[in-house]
Amino acid sequence: MTYQPQKNFGTPESRSDEAVSLTIDGREVTVPAGTSVMRAAAEQGTSIPKLCATDSVKSYGSCRLCLVEIDGRRGTPASCATPVEPGMVVRTQTPQLAKLRKGVMELYISDHPLDCLTCAANGDCELQDQAGAVGLRDVRYDVQATHLGQDKDHSNPYFDFDPSKCIACSRCIRACDEVQGTLALTMEGRGWDSKISAGFASDNFMGSECVSCGACVQACPTATLVEKKVVEVGTPERSVVTTCAYCGVGCTFRAEMRGEQLVRMVPCKDGKANRGHSCVKGRFAWGYAQHQERILKPMIRKSISDPWREVEWDEAFAYTASELKRISEKYGRNALGGITSSRCTNEETFLVQKLVRAGFGNNNVDTCARVCHSPTGYGLKTTFGTSAGTQDFDSVEDSDVILIIGANPTDGHPVFASRMKRRLRGQDGRPGAKLIVIDPRRTDIVRSPHIEAQHHLPLRPGTNVAVLTAMAHVIVTEGLANEAFVRERCDWDEYSHWAEFVSQARNSPENLQPVTLIDAEELRAAARLYATGGNGAIYYGLGVTEHSQGSSTVMAIANLAMATGNIGRRGVGVNPLRGQNNVQGACDMGSFPHELAGYRHISDNKARSLFENDWGVTLDPEPGLRIPNMLDAAVDGVFKALYCQGEDILQSDPNTAHVSAGLAAMECVIVHDLFLNETANYAHIFLPGSTFLEKNGTFTNAERRIQPVRKVMTPMNGLEDWEVTQKLAQAMGLNWNYSHPSEIMDEIARLTPTFAGVSFVRLDEAGSLQWPVTADAPDGSPIMHIDGFVRGKGKFVVTDYVPTDEKTGPRFPLLLTTGRILSQYNVGAQTRRTENVAWHPEDLLEIHPVDAEDRGVKSGDWVKLASRAGETTLRATVTDRVAPGVVYTTFHHAVTQANVVTTDFSDWATNCPEYKVTAVQISASNGPTEWQEEYEALSTRSRRVETGIAAE
Amino acid sequence: MTSEERLVHMANQIATNLATDAAPVTAVADHIQTFWDPRMKRMIFAHGSDGLSPVAAAAIRLLADAQNGG
Repeated sequence: MTYQPQKNFGTPESRSDEAVSLTIDGREVTVPAGTSVMRAAAEQGTSIPKLCATDSVKSYGSCRLCLVEIDGRRGTPASCATPVEPGMVVRTQTPQLAKLRKGVMELYISDHPLDCLTCAANGDCELQDQAGAVGLRDVRYDVQATHLGQDKDHSNPYFDFDPSKCIACSRCIRACDEVQGTLALTMEGRGWDSKISAGFASDNFMGSECVSCGACVQACPTATLVEKKVVEVGTPERSVVTTCAYCGVGCTFRAEMRGEQLVRMVPCKDGKANRGHSCVKGRFAWGYAQHQERILKPMIRKSISDPWREVEWDEAFAYTASELKRISEKYGRNALGGITSSRCTNEETFLVQKLVRAGFGNNNVDTCARVCHSPTGYGLKTTFGTSAGTQDFDSVEDSDVILIIGANPTDGHPVFASRMKRRLRGQDGRPGAKLIVIDPRRTDIVRSPHIEAQHHLPLRPGTNVAVLTAMAHVIVTEGLANEAFVRERCDWDEYSHWAEFVSQARNSPENLQPVTLIDAEELRAAARLYATGGNGAIYYGLGVTEHSQGSSTVMAIANLAMATGNIGRRGVGVNPLRGQNNVQGACDMGSFPHELAGYRHISDNKARSLFENDWGVTLDPEPGLRIPNMLDAAVDGVFKALYCQGEDILQSDPNTAHVSAGLAAMECVIVHDLFLNETANYAHIFLPGSTFLEKNGTFTNAERRIQPVRKVMTPMNGLEDWEVTQKLAQAMGLNWNYSHPSEIMDEIARLTPTFAGVSFVRLDEAGSLQWPVTADAPDGSPIMHIDGFVRGKGKFVVTDYVPTDEKTGPRFPLLLTTGRILSQYNVGAQTRRTENVAWHPEDLLEIHPVDAEDRGVKSGDWVKLASRAGETTLRATVTDRVAPGVVYTTFHHAVTQANVVTTDFSDWATNCPEYKVTAVQISASNGPTEWQEEYEALSTRSRRVETGIAAE
Repeated sequence: MTSEERLVHMANQIATNLATDAAPVTAVADHIQTFWDPRMKRMIFAHGSDGLSPVAAAAIRLLADAQNGG
């Protein structure tokens, strides 16, 4: 399709149920009450000239271009700021209005450079469009004092700010305030001196609080804020709607293209997850897709000490199949396994697990969700009956109390965080929701512009269960439980057993205070607020799951929600914020070794025979190995071959030394990825992958929303990832003949009851669908457990606090917890290959001033971070965001390898690693550790590619 | 930690966390049956009760007997 900008209705949509009819330019239109005249006109196809209005922010009424005439009203009101009324008669085009608008435009243009032909926004500029729309042909003013000729601000790596082109409409300021909620921008000066400023006059964009979400660029009607890429290559000529491949929010974007060149990613207003917003990663950080370090040809080698040798695809598939067969024959079929990735599509993931189950002949398939949200799978399935969040993102608009535990949404899930912040700030006279944050760190959302958590409980890492049980103690013993809900929806006996347990004096906040380090009165107040403050919604992340009691914590959260009746309607619920784009999908697709797609255990004869009949094979009814079990088995010498798609276990999994020992013990490690990642240092076969821009498929976000991923350019490596897996399967003798991922989805739908109504055709029609999509719910299910739990009665599970085996002591007195930062993503393989490194060039260790002083550490100093598992060095930053006794770092950089330090303790139920609690010591350092030096040498050696020598 | 030591640790951890279940031995046995691969099960059966908590040891005996009994 040719390029069309997204339709702009001028002012936001009204959610009123009341309909109002009016007449605009002789035509009747009916819109919801509260709609502006401007929007009503736009809905019937009438375009009223405008400059300061855009539908992402509230009306402002400053440009005076959108004037209209209304029968019975004096003057010419601004249509953006005038709500519709029944029977209103509006005229948008009259000689008087034309004259007024022309006068306004003349003033604007008198202070605007007339360089349209060489301007980056030429052809995509609202000022240019409006000058044309009002028929401006001449500017009579000979103005001496203007604001032209000012210096441009090039500091942001992705967009430029040219103040000379600014028309002071303040759309950028309002977008930053209302949409993003950072409030980084302001207007300085008056009249000709009016200037958008990112903080103080001395600040540029990069030095300011700007988080580079792109909302201001999106809102700007001129080339004042414009993408550097548009400056470089010109405006787009077509667009394709697709889904972001970063976090679990799953933003819908328009990939705006020139030929096969991506010009920009623009958040889609129709996107149901993001509602037109974006963050620095999805909006701008896609340069990795064309990065020079991408590997585009398959490579093989006999030994990891050999250099790589480039081969053609056919040779790669034949060699891979022969190696897998050789190992299967020599060591038995259980010596093989595979890892699916939450970064890949549902269809790709489904094929990898199918290859393992049907081709390798075992169930040794796992997913990287093992190391993030496997406890969510266990905990929510046990308590509610299905492994998924209960709400859609829109639900937060109806929340009265938001409880965030172990999640840092402004960094990890920034676009949803902006929606959450909007609700926390309150809007249009409606007071904001109350906020409870349970986190060892003072995350940004605890205190940010116009937001202050009512309660921040900075617990000792590893004591989530104790904190939640203490909250349950307060709710039950103070009579705050919703017993009517429990009697109707849950098993009363199980509730009674649980209530009796939590009521015990040993579970009181006072008794647990020495363990949790949370002030008992503060905890009581937080529990009372959650139980009695109206609609209570819990959002949680990896700070819940990545613990030795991760699954218990998930169940403790579910217990709280059920006990207070906060399940089954808008505004409430239990919401796991998924780390990667397709964590939900990877789990849904049967990636776990014990269950088939749709969370049915492999020993379930009925479910298994469904797959056996469809695939024409016999499946092993016993569960297979999980990732940590695979590594153990490899060290034991019985697990010999691994197909690892889109996942870098060496960097992302805990206790790097153990992971590398496991990988080194294998005879055939197949890495299928974009880059020679860290795992590839131990690989024998490298199959180049394709980016999300180069393939078709679907991702499923944290709200169970299945969304299309659409190919916008030819894969640089020649094949989409699903094709690579299919060709490998064919080389192994499997009769697979998919011609398009839609056929894979048809198979998924055929075999998975909750996906029964999903197809690419339906997804194209609806835009996205939230599973379950069934005959009863053909349009999907935004909210779950409305009339009852999926499992029947909600199940209360007693969750007794068990301290982790990872103990602090004299040698390792501090607790390390790890997390992520806004600008980087996961192991950084993608974002480190973009300009995002400008924000976060290295992992830093946050340490409290008291702990820093004890060790003589200052901000910027190199420190050695040592645990019982290993040691690394990185630079320190001294901050009271962390409590005394707690240190924190990110794991985005391979140079640091924070996971050298983390241990292989794990969740009792799922083996999800305990990333969030490691006993460590910090000491001064003047250089890399022995591990870092050895690893760097290994990486250099391992990444050599044989160069062909020309024959004489 | 060797693989065998790790399995003992895991079994004890499961037993500790399921201690408040109405029937902890059965619950631990069910959990291991549901999530452990056959080799892990064989290894823990062969290990005996050394280092295992009473509940974990009973659960593993229960599971081993059930498997041996068909």
